[in-house]
Amino acid sequence: MTFDILLQALASGVLIGLIYALVAIGLTMIFGVMDIVNFAHGEFLMLGMYGSFWGFALFHLDPLLTLPLTALMLFALGVLLYRLLIVRIVDAPMVSQIFTTFGLMLLLRGLAQFFWKPDFRSIENSFVAGSVQWGGLHLGKPQLLAGAGAVVVTGLVYWFLHRTRLGVALEATAADKEAARLMGIDSHRMFALAWGIAAACAGVAGVLLSTFFPIFPEVGASFILIAFVVVNLGGFGSVAGAFWAGILVGVIEVMGGLLVGPEYKLAIVLVLFLGVLMWRPRGLMGKA
Amino acid sequence: MKIPVTLHFSHALRGLAHAGVLVLSGLFGLSVLGGAQAARAQAPPAEVRIGMLYPLTGAAASSGAEIRNALELAADIINNGAPGLPGLPFAGGGGLPGLKGARIRLVFADHQGSPQVGATEAERLITHDKVVALQGAYFSNVTATASMVAERYKVPFLNAESSSASLTRRRFRWFFRTTPHDEQFVRDQFEFLRELGARKGIDASRIATFNENTLWGNETTRLQGRLIPENGHVLARQLTYPARSTQLTSEVQALKAATPAVVMQSSYLGDALLAMKTYKELGFLPQMILANNAGFTDTEFIRTLGRDADFVITREVWALDLARGNALIRQADALFQQRFQAHFNGNSARAFTGLMVLADAIDRAGSTEPEAIRRALVATDIPGSRLIMPWQGVKFDETGQNVLGRGILVQIVDGRYQTVWPFDLATREVVWPMPRWDQRK
Repeated sequence: MTFDILLQALASGVLIGLIYALVAIGLTMIFGVMDIVNFAHGEFLMLGMYGSFWGFALFHLDPLLTLPLTALMLFALGVLLYRLLIVRIVDAPMVSQIFTTFGLMLLLRGLAQFFWKPDFRSIENSFVAGSVQWGGLHLGKPQLLAGAGAVVVTGLVYWFLHRTRLGVALEATAADKEAARLMGIDSHRMFALAWGIAAACAGVAGVLLSTFFPIFPEVGASFILIAFVVVNLGGFGSVAGAFWAGILVGVIEVMGGLLVGPEYKLAIVLVLFLGVLMWRPRGLMGKA
Repeated sequence: MKIPVTLHFSHALRGLAHAGVLVLSGLFGLSVLGGAQAARAQAPPAEVRIGMLYPLTGAAASSGAEIRNALELAADIINNGAPGLPGLPFAGGGGLPGLKGARIRLVFADHQGSPQVGATEAERLITHDKVVALQGAYFSNVTATASMVAERYKVPFLNAESSSASLTRRRFRWFFRTTPHDEQFVRDQFEFLRELGARKGIDASRIATFNENTLWGNETTRLQGRLIPENGHVLARQLTYPARSTQLTSEVQALKAATPAVVMQSSYLGDALLAMKTYKELGFLPQMILANNAGFTDTEFIRTLGRDADFVITREVWALDLARGNALIRQADALFQQRFQAHFNGNSARAFTGLMVLADAIDRAGSTEPEAIRRALVATDIPGSRLIMPWQGVKFDETGQNVLGRGILVQIVDGRYQTVWPFDLATREVVWPMPRWDQRK
């Protein structure tokens, strides 16, 4: 177990952790703003991957070129889903909310399989292919770019939420819906915005992943469980919390897998997660 | 409150009368049905319903789709014939002659890759769709639960693709498996390494195992762990990983650290793809990747990885180049190609063969009674010349396992699967060692 190997594991862990963070940010935002657990969040990731794939397969456009368009399309989808479906369950009992988003998840997966077949797709020969060797480290270029992209998008979201009027309005709605309404902030617009941003974030994560991860209708399932852990660990509603928790989970998963054994990697993540929750139930950076 | 006795008594009398009418009409109804039943038992049915339990959605849906195509082709051949392929069973068409031309009707059920759903779907097929037999289920863990249901209901269950050895160790009466199982395949791999060592003088002493951790992977791991030292190799590292991981970096790093000459890997498609990509990303390649079918032989494997898939050796149950020496395989594949624009592969060929074996048994039974079908299955003896598999035939032992089956090994060269073992069926020499990533064009 040389230092090189440990460093490699750390680097790989950070890189995949950044992806987890990006997926989790959207999820935590929806929960923070409207107290709804979105089980269909992994499907936004999946749709982002497919958007990237079809752009590449049909128009030979590199995923990085189509990224803004895919993000916009997913933003629109998030808003549309809010207005068509979620708006009806905003004040419904939690069980109804769970069933709705769960059903949405099944629907989106089913539609993806229906239209695009269950076959695995992949994007080869993108701009970013191959790996970089730095000392003893092997870093895949797609993974590096994905990590960088995740940092940029997280920064953008954070800046939006804390430095723009609209973002602050969103935070206000999250803090107290009624008070915000009294201040003239339309909570439905805010909710739609939250859904749009969440879908776009997951979609961007999907585009970044598509440069190195196989694309298939069920791909959301692989990431959603970890996303829930990250959201919980970082604290529901905290974007910064989701960011740091994502990185932490990625690092623990890879290094734990290396040091203890790969078959235990998820178990280690979950045990540590339980530990944090017992000590600090609101998560690392959650609001009390 | 006092209830007048007379009122009470007449209530009771009325109740009795009602009950009496009910019983009488019930008996009458039963006799009518019984008569119909007796009449039906005498005339063979016009159609024979067989339940097909496969993953039509979920992560293995692409395998399920291929299998479904093969089964529909087989049913079509049985019902409508295959002119020009006299070697195939039932090539004359017209349904099952033993049941006076009864047609095969396949009833598909999707188990979504879940053992629980597999069990409930099996039950539904038996109780609601009234199938005379079941075939399925691809995944060993789903086959395990679904066949338990069939055993309880005493309905024959034919398994054509699941390779976990434990399935036949249960010694079920109603479970029959045509495909060879993992223990045989894994032993084959060691025989291959031994013969290859003798032939080419290579040193394959350090072996690492890298398997997913559902029923299939865990059993293979246990078996390999036992056979590696038994065959004189060194067990460099035994790795298992959770299926459908989002990343395999720690696993590949652990493999790198173990410096194996051979990596024996068992993965379904998603993990196989991710593993190969991670190997390339981290610059890791042993001298031989000896894979255990499943993901490595899925049509998507080469399609997705392109030339990065080259030189992987995997056990297979079937290969297209077998057609070179076998006219029946060639013709059947042409038929499949014509209908579905794709070739047979190990899964579709075994599913096709499975249905043919079931149909053969039902035909010989001359009835749809489960026990008759079961006895016919026990007596199965189909020669290899009537199969599109590289087997010596189909004959079940007392545990329900076909003892005449055989696996082969193929290597991906020039983007195609080419048979490299047994050496008498091989169409090319083994490429050893695998050229490193930076050595390839």
